[in-house]
Amino acid sequence: MAHGTGNSLRTGIAVFAALLLLTVITVLVSYVDLGAGNVVVALLIASAKASLVALFFMHLKGESRLVWGFALFPIVFLALILLGTLTDTMLR
Amino acid sequence: MSGQPGEHADPAVAFESAKLGVWTFLATEVLLFGALFTAYTVFRMKYPELFRAEHAKLDRVLGAVNTVVLITSSLMVVFGVDAIKRGKARLFEACFGATILLAAVFLCIKYVEYAAKFHHGIYPRTNLFFSIYFMLTGLHGIHVLLGMGLLSYGILLSRRGRLSASYYTPAEMSGLYWHFVDLVWIYLFPLLYLIG
Repeated sequence: MAHGTGNSLRTGIAVFAALLLLTVITVLVSYVDLGAGNVVVALLIASAKASLVALFFMHLKGESRLVWGFALFPIVFLALILLGTLTDTMLR
Repeated sequence: MSGQPGEHADPAVAFESAKLGVWTFLATEVLLFGALFTAYTVFRMKYPELFRAEHAKLDRVLGAVNTVVLITSSLMVVFGVDAIKRGKARLFEACFGATILLAAVFLCIKYVEYAAKFHHGIYPRTNLFFSIYFMLTGLHGIHVLLGMGLLSYGILLSRRGRLSASYYTPAEMSGLYWHFVDLVWIYLFPLLYLIG
């Protein structure tokens, strides 16, 4: 249970640096007009950042399948809610 | 989060079940914010011009600064949890204290943004975009406040000598919650500030 190491600090700092870099990129890209591409790029970068936070800061990387299941099932449900709502409102 | 030493025969099992409990709670949180994200998506697709025009009224520099503030606060949580795992209680308290301070900075910047909007006569009822903006950032702000409370509780436990290298469950769990608060903002920032 106790496994605090300098290694986890190094990983933390590396993830932090990556998050900063991605934040700068997403802000810079927002000033360029890519049409619909802006949404795609912004969401891809946000998802990359969210994955970094979940995998390393929230330790999902080393978690059991059970925890992975608990982490992923709300995302599946959110996708279902979005899909269901959009098919209803957009095709009405 | 109430897993005290001795409550379960096997501390490792107690730790795992506490963790599973937090992830379950976070699942409900995803769906809570998810409902609002769904509303955002539907209205954004129905009224693209409104969203394009209104989102430009937000200050993306302040939004970006707040993103950096939250990311940094998350790093402080990583440092704090690592410290208590090595039994360094004072360092842990300093790190979680820094997180709370950064959370306060985040809320102050949020206050400046809200005040500027109100000053320009922009309220939640102004239009759909700002209804969603105030709902999402307001709900997130409440989560920041709750997180500050949880982190303070962790510090309080440590001050009372209740946390150590062999028992740090409250620190780890409040940290998990804090990272989630950061994660939500990671989506809120581009969706509200950057893409119209």
